[in-house]
Order: sequence, then structure tokens, then C-alpha cells
Amino acid sequence: MSRFDVEVRIKPRPGLLDPQGKAVHHALESLGYDGVSEAKVGRLIALTVEAGSEADARDRVEQMCRKLLANPVTEDFSLRVTEAPAVTDGDG
Amino acid sequence: MKVAVITFPGSNCDYDCYQALKTLGGFEPEFRWHRDEKLGDVDAVLLPGGFSYGDYLRSGAIARFSPIMEAVVEFARAGGPVAGICNGFQILCESGLLPGALLPNESLLFRSYDVHIRVETVRTPFTSAYERHQVLRIPIAHGDGNFHADDETLAELEGDDRIVFRYVDADGSLTPEANPNGSAHHIAGIVNASRNVLGMMPHPERAVEPVLGSTDGAGLFTSLRRHLEGAMA
Repeated sequence: MSRFDVEVRIKPRPGLLDPQGKAVHHALESLGYDGVSEAKVGRLIALTVEAGSEADARDRVEQMCRKLLANPVTEDFSLRVTEAPAVTDGDG
Repeated sequence: MKVAVITFPGSNCDYDCYQALKTLGGFEPEFRWHRDEKLGDVDAVLLPGGFSYGDYLRSGAIARFSPIMEAVVEFARAGGPVAGICNGFQILCESGLLPGALLPNESLLFRSYDVHIRVETVRTPFTSAYERHQVLRIPIAHGDGNFHADDETLAELEGDDRIVFRYVDADGSLTPEANPNGSAHHIAGIVNASRNVLGMMPHPERAVEPVLGSTDGAGLFTSLRRHLEGAMA
């Protein structure tokens, strides 16, 4: 088993009204930052999972997303999977 | 008639529901804790408002996996009447018993005041004591009440007479100002396809006696009582 860091990025689905993103966009505009055509606010969930392979880790977290972490009616998710740094145990 | 009122960690309208049932009479309300695995011998279930699990992740997302919810889903699938109010509506959507989702209010503001809602259908166990298109004044108190569903689902809800309440003005008109949260089609409450599961954002349990400022919510409970009496007769 290896450990993997998985970043789950959850975003409002395209076309869905995102009042938070809209408020952030307005705030950026009022600060004078032009050229921002869109702002979306989502959430990031960082998991560390144990799995036999990267594909296995991805597969398991996709299931978690479909069951709990994202709402398929309103949200899309994407994953970034990297091998977690080795943990040194003992007296090191 | 025994009605289970489910308490999740963070529920805050469970006692209001209990009290409304007591006040209106004919009900024996009983609390069930989220960790209970059985509903026991009850005739109806109420999922109250509040902030179950602190609304972490999404409103209702974690409550839906409480042990008691398996029993609630089973009860609902067998045709038992289930009503979810406010956070209860969010939990019913997350659990898949009702379609759609409740997004943050369009204004991003927590809305807490009386609204007017129009009874769109009396063909449910919860609205038979009202008249179609009757306008009710009932409080809301929510941050995530913006009902969203895809176009196909909305067409189905409209076509199958499953929209139970819509936000309107005092005259019963669908003005944009009357919609407190941006809900699609002004939806304030819906039922499932078999019409035994209701979800609504407004709080009928807070409008059941004159001292509360309105008695317009009482009809929901008297409808349920009538329905259960009919089922037992």
C-alpha cells in the first residue's frame, strides 16, 4: 500500500448561478482589476488515502465524490493525485 | 397518531414541530435521535429545520448518512408520509427522496421574515385542508433556500402537479420581489412522484397559533391528520 495526497476541487456546474463568484467578481472590479471575465467560488478538499496504486486511489476518491463530497446536481469535481511524501517513523 | 420528529445534531426547530403537533391536537409526537436505527411504530415523520452538522460540506449532506435516515428512506419508499421543513427539505434533496438541490440564496443574505406562499396543489397528504391558490403568510429563516433543478426536472415537477407552494406577493402574484432566495419557478415546496414526501423551505410549525402572528401553517398539520385518519378508517 502507498499513500497518496488527493486534492478534490469542487466547482459550481457551468451555467449555474454562483452568487459567491458573482460577488467576488464585483469586488475585484471595484478594486480596479479589469480583465477578469469570470469568478467561480468552489471548495478544495485535501485527502490522504492509502491505496495499492495511483489509479486505485483515484477510483476510490471518485466514488467518495459521487456519494458525499460533491452534489452531482449542482457541482463538478476534478482530482489531482500525487504520491504522498514518505513518513519516517521510529526515532528518525 | 404517532409522528416521529427527528433530531440531528444542530436541529433547532425540533421542539417547534413537537409543540405544533401538541397544540393542534390529535398527534402523539415522539423524538427520534439521529443515531437511532429504527423509527418504531409511527404514522408520519417530520424532519425539522436547523443546521444539522453545522451545514458542513453542504446543507443536509452529512445528516443524510445518519443511521436514522435509512429507516426514514425505507418508511418513505413504503408510502409513509414524510415532511421536511427548511433543513429537512435540504436533507430530503441530498438523500435523493426529492429531486433538485438548495443553493445559497441569490442575495447571499440569510432571509428571516414572513413571506407569502401560494398553495399550488391540494392533492397531497399535507395540503388537502387548504384551497388551491390560497395564499398563506408563513415565516422563512434560511441562507440556502434557492431551489435548483435542471430544466427537465422542472418540467416534470410542473407537468405532474408536484409544485406544492410558490413564493408570491400578498395578492398571490408571482412578482420577482416576492421570491426571497432566487428559487427556480418561485418554488417554495415540492412533493415526490408518489406524493407522500414533501419538502418546503417556509416554517408552517411557526405559524400555528395567533400568538405566533399567523395560523396559516396549521392547515399542513390538519391535512396530515385528516390523511392519517382516512388511512386508518
